[in-house]
Amino acid sequence: MPPLVFLAVFYVWPVVTLLAEVVRGSTVADTIGRPGLGRVLWFTTWQAALSTVATVVVGLAPAYLLARWRFPGRRALAAVVVVPFLLPTVVVGAAFTRLLPDRLLGTATAIVVAHVYFNVSVVVRLVGTLWEQLPDDLWAAARTLGASPWQTMRHVTLPLLRPAIVASATVTFLFTFTSFGVVQILGGAANPTLEVEIARRATGLGDIGGAAVLSVVQLLVLGVLVAASTWAQRRAAVPMAVARARRRRARSPQERVSVTLLALATALFTVVPIAALVVSSLRPGAHWSLAGWRAVFGSAGTPARPGAGAPVDTWTALTTSLRYALAATVLSVVIGGLATAAIGAARRRGRLLDVGLTLPLGTSAVTIGFGMLITFDHAPVDWRASWWLVPLGHALVAVPFVVRAALPVLRARPDTWLDAAATLGASPARAWWEVDARLLLRPLAAGASLAAAISLGEFGATTLLSRTGHETLPLAIARLLGRTGDVPRAQADALAVLLAAATMVLMFAAERNRDAVGR
Amino acid sequence: MLSVVDLCVAFEGRPVLDHVSFDVATGEVVALLGPSGSGKTTLLRVIAGLQSADSGTVLLDGHRLDGVPAHRRSIGLVFQDEQLFPHLDVRGNVAFGLRMAGRTRHEQATRVGELLALVGLPGFADRRVTSLSGGEAKRVALARSLAPAPAVLLLDEPLTGLDPDLHDRLAADLAALLRRTGTTALMVTHDLAEAAIIADRTVTLPTRP
Repeated sequence: MPPLVFLAVFYVWPVVTLLAEVVRGSTVADTIGRPGLGRVLWFTTWQAALSTVATVVVGLAPAYLLARWRFPGRRALAAVVVVPFLLPTVVVGAAFTRLLPDRLLGTATAIVVAHVYFNVSVVVRLVGTLWEQLPDDLWAAARTLGASPWQTMRHVTLPLLRPAIVASATVTFLFTFTSFGVVQILGGAANPTLEVEIARRATGLGDIGGAAVLSVVQLLVLGVLVAASTWAQRRAAVPMAVARARRRRARSPQERVSVTLLALATALFTVVPIAALVVSSLRPGAHWSLAGWRAVFGSAGTPARPGAGAPVDTWTALTTSLRYALAATVLSVVIGGLATAAIGAARRRGRLLDVGLTLPLGTSAVTIGFGMLITFDHAPVDWRASWWLVPLGHALVAVPFVVRAALPVLRARPDTWLDAAATLGASPARAWWEVDARLLLRPLAAGASLAAAISLGEFGATTLLSRTGHETLPLAIARLLGRTGDVPRAQADALAVLLAAATMVLMFAAERNRDAVGR
Repeated sequence: MLSVVDLCVAFEGRPVLDHVSFDVATGEVVALLGPSGSGKTTLLRVIAGLQSADSGTVLLDGHRLDGVPAHRRSIGLVFQDEQLFPHLDVRGNVAFGLRMAGRTRHEQATRVGELLALVGLPGFADRRVTSLSGGEAKRVALARSLAPAPAVLLLDEPLTGLDPDLHDRLAADLAALLRRTGTTALMVTHDLAEAAIIADRTVTLPTRP
């Protein structure tokens, strides 16, 4: 029951408020009539489409390499390739700010490049998993029927991979369509997407009505996209006997060179942006120095210069982020744990809660933040000033991940274990404690790490909900990136490195706890 | 004529094919016998160009095939487990080789009709390959390999895994079909009786220690 209340109050109500705002106001015709909206919608769509196509094209090569070839370091490379997807968006934004030449910053090209970096692992994961199961002999059959390697690729391999390609393209499109951090940092003022425009109107311009209309437009577009992709994926499915993954070792010199080059390119592609960030944090100006790192940990923050804006107190940002992460984690684990138990116990009817809890994932972060912002700003629910609204927004996003981590474990538990406990003299409550609670310990720990990582890196909802003086790490980084001067630049990079490292450690911990469950 | 001359293949130092030589005359059907593990499938893959030999060569009508990629050899291969393309229907599978050869739609349609009639499956063109029975799938695989009219057809245990009744019926059909089309064929089998029904002659690979 508590999870349902949580969902109803902090997700359903804000969405309803958004809809009401749109229906009530005269802003619909206003906003839709304005030439700006068409431009924003158009830009949002085509940058997402371009990012998606580029991501799939770039991702096929590493997917092929990791799925079909055996080579030293393959497992390590497979682990490394996933890293960009796990990084907070501000970190990716900061990395490409440093990596790309200045003339590309603020352009659509910068956005697309960062989106490709971010989402390639989606293609590697989804397409790779299918690719390693394609029987070798289908390829051989095509060759003996007169198909050249290129024709085999075009007429056999790609059509067979289509379900996975469609799936990864859909996921990438949804991510890039609602991308906020990357666009905010790399796109500049000239390239607003829906998400950036909603945030700008809601916070900068105070155009609540316009922002609400855009949010609802975004909700509708996402709804249609999800429905269309479900249909497309069902249609693209090819029933097929899958083969066990059999990876080939490169034999001929030509094969060895190709595999080595491709592996190197993949590794460089993944590592270079992060390395650029680390190097940049250590080189304020053109010489090596720890000034940026000292600025992070020095309590004074950046010394204010005339016209430089308020100093960014990174120490406060660090502690604020940690406090929020802790609160979001506790909240997510409690709500997620209760939801898991409820869904597990309800079996059939639990599906409603299960699906309901994943809804926030299909809603953009900015929309979630904006909905909460306009819902909880007047009595009797004037919670705008309460610090816990931010971690609560984070928890909304994190809870489905906790449930995903824990529910399969509970589902796999045979009922007979509880029966066995009962025949051994355990009361139902005691049986639950001895069996289910023990089983859920590790998956919930994994969920906790995920929730903490999500909270630390969350940018969209936080941008709308955060109050001045209570900046989180991602907000501090974004603000510092806009500063001039060598030390603030290095300080931004150092913070981004710190955030990336913390995220990686948490994700690694989550992965270990999940593996320990013994899947 | 297909000639295999002094072919050697080793896997990780262990010889699989050791100086194998034989000929298949044009229009002849030869059965290749040998116990399991004697490298029969490897031999077919080398002839088809899917795998390279350590030494020795394969000749087709006197031309050495070394270095000729699989798709330019005009050597068809019927796989033991058919390997029909799951994303195409029966028509798409049979027409595949014709499409690769750049034949017109009209030619493709005519030829697909001919071959489906030949293997006894007229009217199957629109069926999904996943809906076929074991025997039907074998017939479609045969039609697919015959469609581009390969110079030589290789068959890898084409009748394994069928129940005895169906096996005997298909064996007789296959024998008749290969004769009728005048196909030069090399068939791998471990079944002497099957070889006697279908082939003009048998070649036996020695057992490797």
